[in-house]
Amino acid sequence: MLIFTLRRLNLFFFTMFLLTLLSFSLSFLFPGDQLVNLTGALNASDSVRDSLAAIYQQDSNIVVQYFAYLSQIFSGNLGTAMTTKSDIFNEILRLLPATIELSLFAFFLATIVGIPIGFIAAINHKKPIDNAILAVAMVGYSIPVFWLGLLAILTFSIQLGWLPSGGQISLLYEIEPRTGFMFYDILVGSSDYKWDALQNAFAHIILPAAVIAIAPATIFIRLARTAMLTVLETSYIKATRAKGLSFNQIIFRHAVRNSLIKVIQHIGLQFANLVTLAMITEVIFNWPGIGRWLIESIYQRDYTSIQGGLLVLSSFIFVVHIITDYIYALLNPLARGAKYGSR
Amino acid sequence: MKTSPWLTKALSILSAPLVSLTLIGCNSDDQTIANDSLIYCSEGSPVSFNPQTVTSGTTIDAVANQVYNRLITFNKQDNSIVPALAKSWHLTRDGKMITFYLRKDVSFHQTDYFTPTRAFNADDVLFSFQRILDEEHPYHPVSGGRYPFFQNVGFTNLVDEVEKINDYTVRFKLNQANSSFLANLATDYAVILSAEYAEQLAHQNQKSDIDTLPVGTGPFKLKSYQAGSVLRYYKHPNYWRNEVAIKQLVFDITASDTGRLTKLLTNECDVIAYPIAAQKIQENPELALEQVTAFNIGYLGFNTQKPPFDNPIIRRAISHAINKEAIISAIYRDQAQVATSILPEGSWAHDDTLVALEYSPSKAKELLKEAGVEDGLSFDIWAMPVQRAYNPNALTMAKLIQADLSQIGVKVDIVSYEWATFLRRLNAGEHQSVLLGWSADHPDPDNFFTPLLSCKSLETGSNRAFWCDQEFDSLIQLALQTTNINQRRALYRQAQNIIQQEIPLLPIAHSKRFQARHKAVKGQLLSSFGGIDFSEVTKL
Repeated sequence: MLIFTLRRLNLFFFTMFLLTLLSFSLSFLFPGDQLVNLTGALNASDSVRDSLAAIYQQDSNIVVQYFAYLSQIFSGNLGTAMTTKSDIFNEILRLLPATIELSLFAFFLATIVGIPIGFIAAINHKKPIDNAILAVAMVGYSIPVFWLGLLAILTFSIQLGWLPSGGQISLLYEIEPRTGFMFYDILVGSSDYKWDALQNAFAHIILPAAVIAIAPATIFIRLARTAMLTVLETSYIKATRAKGLSFNQIIFRHAVRNSLIKVIQHIGLQFANLVTLAMITEVIFNWPGIGRWLIESIYQRDYTSIQGGLLVLSSFIFVVHIITDYIYALLNPLARGAKYGSR
Repeated sequence: MKTSPWLTKALSILSAPLVSLTLIGCNSDDQTIANDSLIYCSEGSPVSFNPQTVTSGTTIDAVANQVYNRLITFNKQDNSIVPALAKSWHLTRDGKMITFYLRKDVSFHQTDYFTPTRAFNADDVLFSFQRILDEEHPYHPVSGGRYPFFQNVGFTNLVDEVEKINDYTVRFKLNQANSSFLANLATDYAVILSAEYAEQLAHQNQKSDIDTLPVGTGPFKLKSYQAGSVLRYYKHPNYWRNEVAIKQLVFDITASDTGRLTKLLTNECDVIAYPIAAQKIQENPELALEQVTAFNIGYLGFNTQKPPFDNPIIRRAISHAINKEAIISAIYRDQAQVATSILPEGSWAHDDTLVALEYSPSKAKELLKEAGVEDGLSFDIWAMPVQRAYNPNALTMAKLIQADLSQIGVKVDIVSYEWATFLRRLNAGEHQSVLLGWSADHPDPDNFFTPLLSCKSLETGSNRAFWCDQEFDSLIQLALQTTNINQRRALYRQAQNIIQQEIPLLPIAHSKRFQARHKAVKGQLLSSFGGIDFSEVTKL
C-alpha cells in the first residue's frame, strides 16, 4: 500500500507540475500584456503595477518568475477576474460546490439506474429485452448532451410544465450561502420555508442531473452487463445451479456481489467524464456552477479567469481520479500492484 | 422474475422520497411566497446603484424608480411634469430662479447597513446636487467623479447655486434661463440621496458604498445583489406615495432572450424585459404582451476620428448601401419606423421635410469611387451584445448590413464583446463603426442632440461617433437659451439638416419598447421615458 501511495504521489507531483507550467505559459500565449493576463489587474495604476511586478519577479529570469507564480498559487492567489474584479480563488470556491452537488446527484442517478438495468440485460442475455436495452443504451450514449438538454427543457418545462427550466432554486427563496451546497445550506439555514425550499431545489436539480446522467448510465449498463455475463459463465455459478439454488438466490447472493466489484473499478473513472458533461449542461440549465462561469469567462476574454479556472478544474478532476483509484485499491488488493496505465 | 423482499424494500425506501418530492414539487406553486413576490427577468446587470453616475438603460431600469425618487417627475399619461418629493415649485418670471417646497412625510430606507434617524429634508436635496456641482465636495470624486447625464446637459455651468431657505425649501439659481431645466430634474438621473447616510459612510471611511449599497426614499430597498445573477429588493414599508403591494421584488438577470422567454413560459418569471417571439406570447391566454411608444433611436455610428469614416463621402456611401426597410421587417418585426432623423416623429422638433437617404447600391458605388476606395474597403461593425428596445438584435442587424455591403464590394467584420467590456472598449474609441442607440430620458428634443452629438458629450463618452462640429454645437446651445418654441423648432431643424449632410451617424429606426408579463401581474410598468417602475404593481 505504501508503494502504491508513493506511486500516486509521484504521478500527482508531475501532473501538477505540467498543469502549472501550462497555465503559466498561457499568460504568455494569450494576447495582451503577460503581467495583466497573470494578475487580471486591468488598467491598474503605475504603483499597483510596480508592486505586482515585484511580487511576480518580473525582472528576473523566467524560471524565477515561474516559481514566484507557483508560490502565489499555493497561497491561494489566482489573481482577480478582469471583468468583475473579484478574487478568482474565492469565486471558484463559491461556484465549485454547485458543480460538485450537481455531478454527485447525476452520478448517483446514473449508478442506481444504469447498473440494475445492465444486470437485467445480462440475465436476459440474447433475448429481446437484452437487445432493446442495448439499443436504447446506444442511442442514449450517442445523443449530444447540449441537444438533449434543450430537448428536455422543451418537453418537461415548456410543453408539460412539470419542472423548472433552469437555475438552482427559485429566486424567491433566500438561502444564505454557507458552503455553496444548496441542499446542505437549506437544511442548516434558518428560514420558515425549509421544506418548500428543499422541494423547490429538488425540482430544479432533477432535469439537469438526468441529462448529465444519461451518457454515464449507458456506460454503466454495458459495464454491468459484461461483468454479469462473465460471472454467470464462471464455474462457481454453475456449481450453485447444480446445488439446486433458486434463481433469486443465485443472482442476488452470488452473481450481483461478484459482478459489482468489476463494475466499481470503472465507475470512478466515469466521474471525471461526468464533470465535463456537467460543465456543458450548466450553461443550458443556467446552473450557477464553475462550468458556466468558465465558459462565460472565455466569452468575455477574461484570460486570468480562464487560466485560474482551468488550473483548478483540472486539478480537481485529477484529485477525484486519485481518490477513486485509492478506494478501488482499498477494496481490491490485486489492483495495488498495478502500475499506472498498465490496465 | 421474482424479486427478493430486501430489494423491493430498498427500492421503496429509495423511491418514496423521490416520488413524494416530485409530486408535491409539481402542484404546490408555493402559494405563500409566490403571491407577494415578483420576479422580473432583466437583460443585464446594473453597473451602479446611483443613477447620477450612469447612462446605461439596464442600470436605470434596475435602480432609478425602485430605490429613489426625484423632486419632480413625469406624469405617466401625458408626460407633463408633476410633483414628487417637492410638493410644489415656483419659477420666477425671468426663468432664473426656481424654488421647491418639499414634502415633510418622506422617510428613507432602513436597511441592514443604515438606520435613518430623521426624515427627508432640504439637506438631502442639497447633498444630492452639491455632489454633482461642487468639484470640492468630498463625495464628488467617489465612483470616478463622472456624472454623464449632468455633464452632457451642462448642469454645472447652468446652475449658479443651490440654496437652502429652510428645512423644507430649496432654491436653484441659474446662470441663464434654460427651457429643459425642469425636464432634466424630472429624469431618472436626478435622484435624491440621503445626506445622513453619506455622513455615516464618511465617518466609517467607506464613501464608495454610497453607490453600491444605496439608501433612498423609493418604494423598494436593496436586500442583496450578485452581479450577473440576482438582485433582490424588499418593499419600503413607509413609502410616502402609496402602500407597496409586493413584499419582495427579484431581478433574475438573464442575458439570453430565449432564456427569458423560457422562464416566462414556465412561470419562473412574472415579467420579462425585451421579449422575443411576440406571436407565441400573444397566443398564450395567460400572458400579455405590452408595448409603449418609446422616444428612442437605433443607429449605426461612424467613428469620425478614424479612417475610413473620417471621410464624410464614405459615410454617405455606406448610408446609401444599407437597406433600412429590410432591417425594420427582419429585426424589429415591423414594430418600428424607418428613421429619417435622430428625432422620432412624435417630437415637436422633428423636421418633417427630411427625406431618408434612399437605398441605392449604385449610388453608393459611385460615392465610393469618388472617395477613391471603390475596391478593397473593409471595416469593423461593433454589434452590442444586449437587447434594447431600439435594437433588439444588433448581431443579426450587423449580419444584414454585412450582406448589404458585400453587394457594393465592401467587406465587414462583425465584432462583439460582453457588455461591460464592449462599453469599455467603445469609450476608448477602438471601434470603426458601432450599432447602438439611445433612449430619451425626457420629452425635450435636446435630450437627443446634446448627449449623442455635442462636443461636450465627446468628453463624457456618450458621443460614440466622436464627432464635434462647432456650427451644430452653437445651434443646439442657442435652442436651449430660448423658451420660444417656434424659434427652438427652427434651430433644431437646422441642426437636423447638418446631421443629414455630415452623417456622423446613420439613424436606422425608432422602435417601440416591448415587455411581456403574466396576466396576474397588474399595474403600469412602462412609460415612454426612462426606466421600468414597480411601485404600483400588484399580483393576484
